[in-house]
Amino acid sequence: MSVPVFVGTLIIPENWSPGMRVSLKQQRKIIPYAFIIPGLLFFIIFQLYPLIKGLQMSFYNWSIMPGKESTFIAFDNYARMLQDPIVKLAFKNTFMYAIVTVPGQMFLAMAAAVLLHNLSYGKGFFRVLYYIPVVTSWVIVSLLIRYLFNSPQGLINYYLVEVFHIIAKPIPWLIQAKYAMVPIWVLGIWKGIGWSMVIYMAALNGIPQHLYEASAIDGANGWHNFWKITLPLMRPTVVFTLVLLLIGAFNVFISVFLITGGGPAQQTEVLLSYAYHQAFDFLKFGYGSAISMTMAAFLVLASYLQMRFLRNPDETN
Amino acid sequence: MKINRKKMFKFLLFLLAAAGAVIMIFPFVWMVSNALKENVFVIEYPPKLIPDAPSFGNFVRAWTSNKFQLYFVNSAITAVTSTALTVLFSAMTAYSFARFKFRFKEFLFFTILLVLMVPDMITIIPKFQLVKTLGLRDSLWGLIVVYVAGGVSMNTFLLRGFFESLPKELEEAMLIDGGNYLTVFFRMILPLSKPALATVTIFSFMGNWDEFTWALTAIDNPLKRTLPIAIYSFQGQHGTEWGLVFAAMLIALVPIMVVFLSMQKYFVSGLTTGAFKG
Repeated sequence: MSVPVFVGTLIIPENWSPGMRVSLKQQRKIIPYAFIIPGLLFFIIFQLYPLIKGLQMSFYNWSIMPGKESTFIAFDNYARMLQDPIVKLAFKNTFMYAIVTVPGQMFLAMAAAVLLHNLSYGKGFFRVLYYIPVVTSWVIVSLLIRYLFNSPQGLINYYLVEVFHIIAKPIPWLIQAKYAMVPIWVLGIWKGIGWSMVIYMAALNGIPQHLYEASAIDGANGWHNFWKITLPLMRPTVVFTLVLLLIGAFNVFISVFLITGGGPAQQTEVLLSYAYHQAFDFLKFGYGSAISMTMAAFLVLASYLQMRFLRNPDETN
Repeated sequence: MKINRKKMFKFLLFLLAAAGAVIMIFPFVWMVSNALKENVFVIEYPPKLIPDAPSFGNFVRAWTSNKFQLYFVNSAITAVTSTALTVLFSAMTAYSFARFKFRFKEFLFFTILLVLMVPDMITIIPKFQLVKTLGLRDSLWGLIVVYVAGGVSMNTFLLRGFFESLPKELEEAMLIDGGNYLTVFFRMILPLSKPALATVTIFSFMGNWDEFTWALTAIDNPLKRTLPIAIYSFQGQHGTEWGLVFAAMLIALVPIMVVFLSMQKYFVSGLTTGAFKG
């Protein structure tokens, strides 16, 4: 039975004929299903099913070759993760990325938001400029960062050595493991500032002016106001950006994939890039799925906590 | 005297903001500068911000070489089709959730929400298997169906909240006057929701235009590449010829910048409603 026929029999009453007006009561029974079906089909086939399939694959030594059986190996893929030194490293790199870029973005975005909020002219103009990295695709900015951090003769090295004389010798950015994460962090912070900043600016606009007027009578200064009025009132917004940025940070992939490719010698691999390389370079679909599923569990938990915070902002205070 | 100090302070703030802006657009300035330098095959050292003989040669070469125009069209077809389907289907689904009672409604909504929390990247391996089985590999449809599915769950969630905030009385009046639910949806709900729909459209379009990972995974045939993949492989082919690569990137950026600059008010409202409804 083809899909349209199936849908038709479900939504059109038996005694229907062209030109007939379907009563509102009948419509109320039909319309919700008719409206939900296209979206739901896409959701079930391309969202829900892959998730379940991925879970299944993670328990198999999955074979992608036609004719070759996949074998059920229960938790072996997960057990293997615990022993894999690169998984440990990838976890550490992902974690460090979050530790560096999330506070970095939040701090700089807050500073930029307060700064722009207090400008008497050019506010909108600067907001656009600061937001441009956000709308630029990850592919473009990642390749751009790779160009800037080229070593020894890249622009960043040029500025550090020749212009500002901060260091004597160029840094081998993408060549040595200990430096290779730095361009990825810089990109994460630089590209993200505008997003948090726009959200903070909207929150700043929502703070009633009379609070500041009242505190000015009490002789408070700007610094004091920020800590005692602005920041407490922005707390739900700050929590919101914190959680979303954390989730975003754990999703880091394209920048690593394009800037270092996980190298040198897999030293900059993050969880998603490692899962991707396992699946599509080494054809370990089962193992890649196990890594992905482990991450999914963390991320669902994080999102769930975020919803709790957002649904009841009062409870968090 | 006091006024002058205040003015000085404001001017100082302006200078700070300008300094910040310089840092934010610094990489783009170099991108444009290099794109204007033709026939530079190695990285210049020391780098020169102002090209000696600026020319648009790289733009012409990028646009006319390597099937670039085909990739542009592929990206446009993919992004426009998936955005249109996403907006239509998510509005329909959201309307159903916002205004009707049906079986398993809240359970379904919760399931959508739960799956939404799982980033697209997590299920890329099984999606690859699925699309291969369905014969949609190396086809723009393989990209479109996945983009639509991701977009529908996200935007159903956002639009449901918006539709619920619309007054019910208008709908009831229209139904009493002999309208049916289809006319209510198309003639009233959609027109009243223009700001929300615009936001959904913009964010979907930009996301679909830029999508990299899935396109890289699902497309092997060079004729079916979209722009992000084309730029990635362009860089691979032309290694250190950064001027050419940057010119290609700038061309790919044009639609995004046009949408961004012309639809700015929706960005702020989109982020903040997403912030407080999401």
